[in-house]
Amino acid sequence: MTAPTFFKMEKINKYYQMGEEQAHILKDVNLSIEEGEYLSVLGPSGSGKSTLMNIIGCLDVATSGRYTLHGRPVDDMTEAELARLRSAEIGFVFQNSQLLPRLSAQKNVELPLIYAGVGPRERRRRARELLERVGLADRMAHMPNQLSGGQQQRVAIARALAGNPTLLLADEPTGALDQKTGRQVMALFRELNDEGRTVIMITHDMNIAKNARRVVHIIDGELTEGGDATDA
Amino acid sequence: MLRSIRSTFIMIGECFRMSLSNILGNRARSFLTVLGILIGVAAVIALITTVNGFSGSLSSSFSSMGAGTLTVTVSGSDLKSGLTTDDLTELTTLEAVAGVTPNVSLSARVSRGGSYETRISVSGKNSYYFRQNADLLTRGRTLNVTDEDNTTFACLISPDMVETFFYGVDPIGEKLYIDGIPFLVVGLMSDSGDASISGVMNGSPDILIPYTTAMKMNNSSVVTSFTTYLSEGWSSEAATDALEAKLDEMFSYEDDCYEIMDMSSIEDTMQNMLNMVSALLAGIASIALVVGGIGIMNMMLTTVTERTTEIGLKKALGAIPWQIQIQFLIESFLLSVIGGAAGIALGLMLSLILSKVMGTGFVISTFAILLGAGFSAAVGILFGWAPARKASKLNPIDALRSA
Repeated sequence: MTAPTFFKMEKINKYYQMGEEQAHILKDVNLSIEEGEYLSVLGPSGSGKSTLMNIIGCLDVATSGRYTLHGRPVDDMTEAELARLRSAEIGFVFQNSQLLPRLSAQKNVELPLIYAGVGPRERRRRARELLERVGLADRMAHMPNQLSGGQQQRVAIARALAGNPTLLLADEPTGALDQKTGRQVMALFRELNDEGRTVIMITHDMNIAKNARRVVHIIDGELTEGGDATDA
Repeated sequence: MLRSIRSTFIMIGECFRMSLSNILGNRARSFLTVLGILIGVAAVIALITTVNGFSGSLSSSFSSMGAGTLTVTVSGSDLKSGLTTDDLTELTTLEAVAGVTPNVSLSARVSRGGSYETRISVSGKNSYYFRQNADLLTRGRTLNVTDEDNTTFACLISPDMVETFFYGVDPIGEKLYIDGIPFLVVGLMSDSGDASISGVMNGSPDILIPYTTAMKMNNSSVVTSFTTYLSEGWSSEAATDALEAKLDEMFSYEDDCYEIMDMSSIEDTMQNMLNMVSALLAGIASIALVVGGIGIMNMMLTTVTERTTEIGLKKALGAIPWQIQIQFLIESFLLSVIGGAAGIALGLMLSLILSKVMGTGFVISTFAILLGAGFSAAVGILFGWAPARKASKLNPIDALRSA
């Protein structure tokens, strides 16, 4: 063993209390990812894919099982430790870009860095660099409502990259976009993966999932390998 | 360690900026929210400042009328019913005493010889009294030692008396009948009258005559009330002690023969009462502050609910719960402090107007300002605590899902 485990889930189970009944959302999920992979988690709504994403994203912890991210066991972390882990390791991209309406594009990108305690000058430099990277060099001072849906999503991607995370986690990133813009955003993810970033994409759309180099299916809380999507 | 302190400062600075933009981005709502605090602080400031100005002018008027005097009321013993002229002279030999003015008052029938007659309070004074109240005389002459020694029938009269008895006539040199005895009007008093404490407490006398004459008219050989003027550099406490020693000796050490009234103790009592009243009023006004605080709390709870998604997002982006909490605390703190600052300004303006209307002094009280600022900051933190805690406890998943 030279390098620590990058991403490994073993026998992850998640139960939710729904009134009297206990819902078994995730059933013995096993998943290993190498650094630099591009993975899609494909599943219909209600399959448990959002729950899986929350656990992968360290927003939630499993009821049982072991989850190791970048060599660190996540299972018994406190809320504050999870927050620090998210800040350092994970970049989120949500379905509707979730930009703060009162902050400019640049300030939105700076947001994770504020919580990480990065100084203002370094923040600004990094935000500019990332907005340039996603092709929005001329939109830095724009407010979210002055940007198109695709542009907003690209700001969100820049924001996800701000903390230089090891893992980019996208939840239906094109769900709110038209096909053309959706393709542009997918191309951006591909580029980022080509640059060596690990990308996990959660989607219910087979066509979107096909962009990934590896697809896993989740149905009724059970995860199955779907093989190489490009071959399918 | 140093790094984490620095990053905390960076984060808090950003929180201030974001909170300010949130507050300013919702101006009307922010204004209505802070209105309670604003009114509460303005009320507290206006009350304290006004009462302070009032008590300032109270004490200055007290010191003008009674600083450096002791008023003695004699009830006397079986052997000695009051002080004789000689006793008074003896008192002036005390080091503490600069001079003594007897207050001999009588109520007399006064007329100008015609059929019109009315009861007037007449006061007997000595020449020292006029030396102490130099601006009492407007025209003519004061009563002097000769008047005292010879119990002359000379009098000074107030503007009221001039109007009552000498309408259209120059009163000086005219006669006024007091209890049937013709008195010669030798001088006129100013309108302000007697500014001493006995003058204020008994009402300004309209007619002044030599105290020896007054004693004679009362068929009395003793003085039962007098004012002692203290020598330079004597405190009223020390002078009271000296005076007590002398009076005790005069009354053969019998108890309860006299009472010494100290102006400054009366002033202390009045100041205490004033302070109590102002504390009470400020207490009532601070109810407005509490109500304002509840307004802010309500607003912050609404804000937390409205911004659930934002909170969830920030958590997803790596914000630690206490960072969320501090952000909302800063927002309620800022709201409250902005309200407080506006309240201080409004309160000072109000009390400036009040002081002009009431003619009292206007003294900016640092205490009141600190109180207002401190109170509003405390209200912001206190009532912001629960909503901020609620925000920090939000589950990021639930928070994000509510979008």
